[in-house]
Amino acid sequence: MTSDHAVEAVADHHAADIDRHVRIYITVFVALMVLTIVTVAVSRFHLPVPIAVSVALLVAIIKGSLVACYFMHLISEKRLIYAVLTLTVIFFAVLLALPVLSYHDGFWMR
Amino acid sequence: MSDPVVVGPHPHVAHEVHHEELGFWRKYVFSTDHKVIGIQYAVTGLLFLLFGFSLMMLMRWQLAYPGAPLPLLGRLLGDTRMPGGTMLPEFYNELGAMHGTIMVFLGVVPLAVGGFGNFVLPLQIGAPDMAFPRINMMSYWCLFLGGVTMLGSFFVPGGAAQSGWTSYSPLADIAGTGQTIWLIGMIFLITSSLLGSINFITTTIQLRAKGLTFMRFPIFVWAQFVTSFLLLLAFPPLEAAGVMQLMDRVAGTSFFLPSGLVVSGQPLTNAGGGNPLLWQHLFWFLAHPEVYVLILPGLGIVAEIVANNTRKPLWGYRSIVYSLIFLGFMSFIVWAHHMFMTGMGTAMAAFFQTTTMIISIPSVVILTALILSLWGGSIRFNTPMLFAVGFLPMFGIGGLTGLPLGLNISDIPLHDTYYVIGHFHYVVAPGTIFAMMAGIYYWYPKATGRKMNELLGKIHFAGSLVCMNVIFMPMFFIGLAGVSRRLFDGGAAYAFAQPVAHLNVVSSWGAWILALFQLPFIFNFFWSIKNGEPVGENPWQATTIEWSAPSPPPHGNFVGAPEAYRGPYEYSVPGAAKDFMPQFEA
Amino acid sequence: MGIPYTVTTRRDTGLNNGKIGIWLFLASEVMLFGALFASYILIRTGAQTWPRGDTVLNVPLATVNTIVLISSSVTMVMAWASLMRHRFETFRIYMGITILCGLAFLVIKFFEYSHHFEEGLYPRSDNFHAIYFTLTGLHGLHVIFGMAVNAWLWGPGSKLWKTNPVWFTNRVENSGLFWHFVDLVWIFLFPTLYLL
Repeated sequence: MTSDHAVEAVADHHAADIDRHVRIYITVFVALMVLTIVTVAVSRFHLPVPIAVSVALLVAIIKGSLVACYFMHLISEKRLIYAVLTLTVIFFAVLLALPVLSYHDGFWMR
Repeated sequence: MSDPVVVGPHPHVAHEVHHEELGFWRKYVFSTDHKVIGIQYAVTGLLFLLFGFSLMMLMRWQLAYPGAPLPLLGRLLGDTRMPGGTMLPEFYNELGAMHGTIMVFLGVVPLAVGGFGNFVLPLQIGAPDMAFPRINMMSYWCLFLGGVTMLGSFFVPGGAAQSGWTSYSPLADIAGTGQTIWLIGMIFLITSSLLGSINFITTTIQLRAKGLTFMRFPIFVWAQFVTSFLLLLAFPPLEAAGVMQLMDRVAGTSFFLPSGLVVSGQPLTNAGGGNPLLWQHLFWFLAHPEVYVLILPGLGIVAEIVANNTRKPLWGYRSIVYSLIFLGFMSFIVWAHHMFMTGMGTAMAAFFQTTTMIISIPSVVILTALILSLWGGSIRFNTPMLFAVGFLPMFGIGGLTGLPLGLNISDIPLHDTYYVIGHFHYVVAPGTIFAMMAGIYYWYPKATGRKMNELLGKIHFAGSLVCMNVIFMPMFFIGLAGVSRRLFDGGAAYAFAQPVAHLNVVSSWGAWILALFQLPFIFNFFWSIKNGEPVGENPWQATTIEWSAPSPPPHGNFVGAPEAYRGPYEYSVPGAAKDFMPQFEA
Repeated sequence: MGIPYTVTTRRDTGLNNGKIGIWLFLASEVMLFGALFASYILIRTGAQTWPRGDTVLNVPLATVNTIVLISSSVTMVMAWASLMRHRFETFRIYMGITILCGLAFLVIKFFEYSHHFEEGLYPRSDNFHAIYFTLTGLHGLHVIFGMAVNAWLWGPGSKLWKTNPVWFTNRVENSGLFWHFVDLVWIFLFPTLYLL
């Protein structure tokens, strides 16, 4: 006997629920397509680097958030997963920021 | 007073109805049982600790008697390494780099995390096994492959890695083939740890027994839990860095190679434009949390043994738990204290110095709590307790000597000297290794059904304690005199090192005698399997859940699902019939 | 042996083991790619000159790849949704398209790489190419791995649907999470390397 014989009904999701989710998936797909076109189009303007980076990053964050929240169901995930991801995002930010800050902080001394 | 001994076949575990008798290979080699995997990890770790120690004993000959031929063994190692029995500098560097790598990644982590974590954790939370038994098995074999790779690197032309366990670029980028093999080995080892950490975290959260809330966890469980997060989130950047260094070496990229490098009079032909500091940042981003990976399981083991052998609850359970969590978090933002001398400006240096000072606080809280736990206890000085109590002042010395290194001003004369070697060895050698020994003597009865011999254990302890101090205490003085680390003659060529040169001889003899004192342990470990005093489930009259399982536990661990009814250290509860109330008894 | 919560959810966490496992794995992957992005930032900001992405790389081709990958993310989640609706054949169609999209992505990447090599541009040529090949190469390896898992779930692994549909659905969901993550990384990779 294995403990996973429990035919646990997919309790969270009934048929109507799935239909709603599918509608959201299609909407998100369209949004992602539009944002892809936007980000490519904006890049054609060859904006000054700081602005170009900010815009590209903003669009990417929006696109990424849509994928994470709706395709990966993060918008309705459990607290434990949020906690792990929050920790991860903090350390990710540290990893991205501190080396470059350290390098350029000392730059004038070299 | 000992428990009634259970002899004969164990009562059949209630919920296990069918499991086909597995063949030899599935049962003992490719097993998915956490206990078998734990023992595999532990034995592998111990063998590598012995091997890594042997590498150092060889180095200690050169440090004590620079340039002197080594009798017997010197000839055996051949002319490429020890022509005429005298050590070549390249070989010294090979030994140094591999000693560090093996001790950290193939010795301590597999033993502390893979061995103790795998064997004890599921038992201590009342689980039948890990959440992902097959991934658990894979993680061991990844470690095994990594170990084989690292050992294999000794046999390639040019020998094993020689650029320190830290593999700094640009040296590591241009070094011999052994470095490439090292990088491949590291990828296996990192993968093993990542898989293991996923298992530990999921298991701890999901498979804990009924009634076992987080604040009823034994400290060992908390320690492994935090350690797993460190491994999970800190290792991947080193993996990325390893891939980049491999590309520098094999694909000709210049991630870490600056422009204009000249090697042996010849300018390099690579594109340049890379940054050696990038390697250092990515390496230390892992390697600092890694040192907490090295110590945290040991702290957890010491906590268990101290509570058990003082017959008192641990002092400051909550403060220990919060300190462990805070320590784990802080460990991710202190790493550049290893890089104070890289031209960092005052702003970032001040940042890292501050976070480093802050991280010393939780360490002190934990150590203080463990020491205060001794006060008023009915202390039983058995071998596990001797090692656990010995750990405390040793870890204290290690921690305190770290403070001048964490402050960037005082780090200037101390960085990369023998002072650093003394500091970190105090923490890992009479620190972590003592905790490992304590854990082996403590849980050996659970794993085998027999106790190890006490007299041999006490000899092992006493000799090790004295020798460890003889080896490492002089290093602070050698370092304060200004002798750099990784010098193949131990500083003999420098005039300023002459006043402290004799201390190298002292350290070396300490090391060789320490080896002798491990013999009682090795003998004891094997002899006791058949000849140790047989024990029942709870030979130490302990309170945590693993002591409710048979010794050794069968597949599935428990006869009936355990439940936790109270906290983990209910010793000497007023009014109770005996001096301990186990967590698992209603 | 029965490991609890392999399929059922534990009440106080609301999760099954596999869900936690895959998210923990993805957390480690965030740190892996994070290190490469950090490297990109350090190398680029420390470089004397750095070419704008569209002067070196093929933006139209990569845009197609972006569309391909995002589409495959939709079909992936639709594959899971089909299982939730107990439509196994629809699952196989969506999963099949997901795998094919992955293949298309790799084929386009193959053409991109080949073109670079024909021009004599390799990772060793300069740091732009070094980080480009490393980032897209590692990403490509993840695409391959995701495709392999998806192919197994489409093929031999799908036997589990008959004996334990909930477990199978969870496996598809977890594989989907990995696949979405691969898409997520590309969403950041694409502008970083190609557009800036």
